[in-house]
Amino acid sequence: MNFPKELKYTENDEWVRVEGDEGTVGITDYAQDQLSDIVFVEFLVDVGETFDKGDTFATVESVKAAADVYMPVSGEVVAINEDLPDAPEQVNSDPYGEAWMIKIKVSDASELSDLLDAAGIENLERDH
Amino acid sequence: MPDLSTSLKVEPTVFDISSPGRQGHYFPKSDVPQTNLPKGFVREDLPLPEIAEVDVVRHFTRLSQLNHGVDTGFYPLGSCTMKYNPKINEETARLAGFAKLHPLQPTETVQGAIGLMYELQEWLKEISGFTGLSLQPAAGAHGELTGVLIMRAYHKARGDEKRVKMLIPDSAHGTNPASSAMSGLKIVEIPSDSRGNIDMDALCAECDDTLAGIMITNPNTLGLFDENFKEVCDCVHEAGGLIYGDGANFNAIMGISRPADIGVDVLHFNLHKTFSTPHGGGGPGSGPVGVTEELAPFLPGPIAAVLDEGNAEEPPLFGLINPEKSIGRVKAFHGHFGVLVRAYTYMMMLGGEGLKAASEHAVLNANYIQARLRDTFTIPHDRICMHEFVLEGHWDDALDIHALDISKRLMDFGIHPPTNYFPLIVPEALMIEPTETESKETLDVFADTMIKIAEEAHTNPELLQTAPHNTPFGRLDEVKAARELVLCCWFPEDKEE
Repeated sequence: MNFPKELKYTENDEWVRVEGDEGTVGITDYAQDQLSDIVFVEFLVDVGETFDKGDTFATVESVKAAADVYMPVSGEVVAINEDLPDAPEQVNSDPYGEAWMIKIKVSDASELSDLLDAAGIENLERDH
Repeated sequence: MPDLSTSLKVEPTVFDISSPGRQGHYFPKSDVPQTNLPKGFVREDLPLPEIAEVDVVRHFTRLSQLNHGVDTGFYPLGSCTMKYNPKINEETARLAGFAKLHPLQPTETVQGAIGLMYELQEWLKEISGFTGLSLQPAAGAHGELTGVLIMRAYHKARGDEKRVKMLIPDSAHGTNPASSAMSGLKIVEIPSDSRGNIDMDALCAECDDTLAGIMITNPNTLGLFDENFKEVCDCVHEAGGLIYGDGANFNAIMGISRPADIGVDVLHFNLHKTFSTPHGGGGPGSGPVGVTEELAPFLPGPIAAVLDEGNAEEPPLFGLINPEKSIGRVKAFHGHFGVLVRAYTYMMMLGGEGLKAASEHAVLNANYIQARLRDTFTIPHDRICMHEFVLEGHWDDALDIHALDISKRLMDFGIHPPTNYFPLIVPEALMIEPTETESKETLDVFADTMIKIAEEAHTNPELLQTAPHNTPFGRLDEVKAARELVLCCWFPEDKEE
């Protein structure tokens, strides 16, 4: 399973790419593999809205299950990948690239230190 | 993508076998005066198929033979209780005194029908321990919505407006959070512990004065009777919340455990599961809701009642009443009355002892299969199960095989796949519910087949990955079906570009 070194991760398998005070968020390779073929992506937020860490910002659905995607850290939504709902298969093919979901302005940088690094998520104890 | 040319070889559409001018029937002479429809409402042509009756019958008989049903084969679809539907249910439901009534007839002229509803209400109350019951809801999830609305109305009537939180265990049916959300409640998920019970620490942490209640399925979707059930009820009740019981798995406990006696405040039954009425394919279902005395005034009406006890000469007079603080109607007329007749027949045929024996055999059958498959498959919560159990459809030494492949391969042997990928807390879940109506021979065929498929998974994985092979269609493209929501009634060559 692929976990790029430069990203930070949550235990729920969201990833964040931090550049300055901006973070790009998506779901991990492991998450897309577990869900299998993604058929539906829905965003539950709009640009300009502010959310707390752990709030749901999107729902992804595969032929097997639906899953909520959570804010890895608190912040304001500054961009949404509007193309993704029309091409949900990108979550499977390119989870760390084309399938980015939202960009946020991180409101509390100290929350970033609670996230896992690549080694941390690789060694995360999983049921399966 | 399924090959349409193949489908045409399997069975042509009813339009394909049409022949201009051929007729299957004549209209009877009109017994009402002829009137002209308003302009614009009369169409020039109506391209309906023209077929003789015999060809219609053969067409639909052939189509029915391409299907799998409980009348054609084993159907261990977990959580759905696909038990055999006794044919006497169909006989009674077709009796003219039931089948040819009009729902708007004066109640004095339909005493038998209302009397049947009344007795069914009483029986369901007796085996569940509840005080009040409404037969209105059209199916299980509708019963949930009704029950949750009753819970809300109860809190509101006491002026307790801040109770907006519903707790849902992570093993719950997806309909539970949906029903709560539709009722305007906020959902908080509660994890399961390592034994498959509700995690008590997580539960108690959420029990505060904003708690509306919890929705529990017991036995739960892992097929396990929650060992913490009493503590869960106490904790929620102490915080002022109510217990909603999802009766989807009632088939495990008939005549053995009464939900109201162990703390449940509201519960829906699934007559189309537990009480052997048709299930799916346009069923329709029926989801009666039972409640405690405190909640009875909020039930949806109309409810069948005895208006006059009668005496030695006069039979009782039945009628319909509406509870005083009713949440209102949730269904037109009297619910799915034809289904009520079938469920009544089932209960009448089995009697109290028979219903109890049905649950005992349902539990025994599930445990028998679980025991036979224990050495071949991983069973994540390996306990004595109730009427169903969940195993993992994958092996560490056959990583390319998934639960879906096992499901599809089962179809090659004429067996309906178990519920797969549910509950969500078990990876590659296969949820198996044999029901009480299957013989030991059938259970053995199923277990033997599962063991054979497990062997194939290791020796010939492609056989599973490309299954099914013996069905009219092979593996369907579920991803394409979900991504491209196009239901077209034309053939590709007719499609306008």
